[in-house]
Amino acid sequence: MSVFINKDTKVLVQGITGSTALFHTKQMLEYGTKIVGGTSPGKGGTEVEGVPVFNTVKEVVDATGANASVIYVPAPFAADAILEAVDAELDLVICITEHIPVMDMVKVKRYMEGKKTRLVGPNCPGVITPEECKIGIMPGYIHKKGHIGVVSRSGTLTYEAVHQLSEQGFGQSTAVGIGGDPVNGTNFIDVLKAFNEDPETEAVMMIGEIGGTAEEEAAEWVKANMKKPVVGFIGGATAPPGKRMGHAGAIISGGKGTADEKIKVLNSCGIKVAETPSVMGETMIGVLKENGLLEKCKTH
Amino acid sequence: MNIHEYQGKEILRNYGVAVPNGHVAYTVDEAVEAAEKLGSSVSVVKAQIHAGGRGKAGGVKVAKNLDEVRTYADEILGKTLVTHQTGSEGKEVKRLLIEEGCDILKEYYIGLVLDRATSRVTMMASEEGGTEIEEVAAETPEKIFKEVIDPVVGLSAYQARRLAFNINIPKEYISKAVKFMLGLYQVFVEKDCSIAEINPLVTTGDGNVLALDAKLNFDDNALFRHKDIQAYRDLDEEDPKEIEASKYDLSYIALDGNIGCMVNGAGLAMATMDIVKHYGGDPANFLDVGGGATTEKVTEAFKIILSDSNVKGIFVNIFGGIMKCDVIAEGVVEATKQVGLEIPLVVRLEGTNVDLGKKILAESGLNITAAESMADGAEKIVALVK
Repeated sequence: MSVFINKDTKVLVQGITGSTALFHTKQMLEYGTKIVGGTSPGKGGTEVEGVPVFNTVKEVVDATGANASVIYVPAPFAADAILEAVDAELDLVICITEHIPVMDMVKVKRYMEGKKTRLVGPNCPGVITPEECKIGIMPGYIHKKGHIGVVSRSGTLTYEAVHQLSEQGFGQSTAVGIGGDPVNGTNFIDVLKAFNEDPETEAVMMIGEIGGTAEEEAAEWVKANMKKPVVGFIGGATAPPGKRMGHAGAIISGGKGTADEKIKVLNSCGIKVAETPSVMGETMIGVLKENGLLEKCKTH
Repeated sequence: MNIHEYQGKEILRNYGVAVPNGHVAYTVDEAVEAAEKLGSSVSVVKAQIHAGGRGKAGGVKVAKNLDEVRTYADEILGKTLVTHQTGSEGKEVKRLLIEEGCDILKEYYIGLVLDRATSRVTMMASEEGGTEIEEVAAETPEKIFKEVIDPVVGLSAYQARRLAFNINIPKEYISKAVKFMLGLYQVFVEKDCSIAEINPLVTTGDGNVLALDAKLNFDDNALFRHKDIQAYRDLDEEDPKEIEASKYDLSYIALDGNIGCMVNGAGLAMATMDIVKHYGGDPANFLDVGGGATTEKVTEAFKIILSDSNVKGIFVNIFGGIMKCDVIAEGVVEATKQVGLEIPLVVRLEGTNVDLGKKILAESGLNITAAESMADGAEKIVALVK
């Protein structure tokens, strides 16, 4: 078991003929992900990397039974790509594209109300269930199969956490990058809920950053509902207020959304927070020990 | 992206949102000419900088005649204003807005922002105009009223009316206030604003509802579809290093420390600053080279870091995903060839194509300290800089 994706997930790649998409399609195929098709309007009927290309998402779904898609199309067209995937009733859409206008996402979010599709991202590294399925841009080799769930607003910080866990012998059930934008499809609580119900997941690493209140809301949810231990990290303790730190969502505005404030709330909700990004793995191991989960989670 | 007040008012005027008449002036003579053209009995001379708190810093003056306009314009132009938003170094005034004075009855606050919790645009209003909304929120939160806006139907007239009545706008001004709010929302969505703040909104003795100030910020991600907004960019208001970085799509923010940081990914870039600080160092910048960086971009990023004379050492921290380590390595080698490297450089590489990246650096003959982890790298660069 795992969350969101597994070895049976049939993936289609939207915008498959772009250079980034091609590079990562190759990497995903090498990892063992079942990529059943791709779209590139006007290039239907051709093939790249042995994957058939179609003009529309609906065509891929009809021809291959794809149930998940990954989006690499450029920002001006990305919102439309999400809408197309939702309209084709996919279970899961993962949008890697960054720099999508916020107002586009406000509309997408509204359109998705009541629809069956789950959106992860945008501006995210994707989702990986180690040794089964990798959808996105993360380097596959750092991941190991195991029992720690990872959820994060940042791509590279997720790699950092996963790398530390794997190096110390603690594999992951699934790692989910929810993305750094202020409006995203899946939030911390959605992923925590899934990990809470997943029998393979024993503990969760939650990586947040400055801006907004998503971490605080997640912490309150953890306190009220979570049956499994959660370890946290918040990036941006040294970020100056009023400046957008790369991610559109990472901004301290009106004195709100600081790392200090978030860490305080996480702590008060029983979430142990790693003091520096280099001890995320160690902090998790300490918490596993306290909860008698060390042996169960040690995977290699 | 930020713009000046006079530019914001120009946009509002184009959408039929009421603002006082006014003209921009770059010189004292232009200021007097502008006041003459306005022909009002009283005119206001307003410093145009990208920061709030101008009034308290002496950047806004009311002139009763053309001589006073000349005096105030002369005084404010070229002056460095220090406000709570400029930092201690302040900002030099290079432009003025000359505006007709108006007979203010009462000041209100109207603002539009994205509410992240609902993923909807929200209009906020308060009768505590002229005060910062954060202050009102902290002291008298019951005086702030909000309407969450459905993107399909937009701001409805009833919502605007409800806000106007809630903040006690007199009934004879309600229809004008509603028109104002509907227009402001239209500007917000059509121009992809990230913030639209009217503080204060005023009712006037001659029956008008006007934006006395206007703060519009725009979503950088949407600028590609707004050439008119791009034209409003004022490079004088930005850090030269940040301007250079933006030419290459690099996300760079100048800070006060002496350790230059080059990182991929915003989260890791923030965490790298945090860990440098944790080991007793001080980051000179935030720099995310992004996922799609080329050797050329990395080279430029390196040059920008080196152009900061405070920088005494550089820490490159890369965890390759979309970004390949060999591209970073080639960029570092290329940049040092072009500009030379006389300060310590610590490099930590991990992720996609890491072996290739390490090989390129090892064979370059450059004096590079390799780090095994980000903690190791942070410790090493802090020690080397001290």
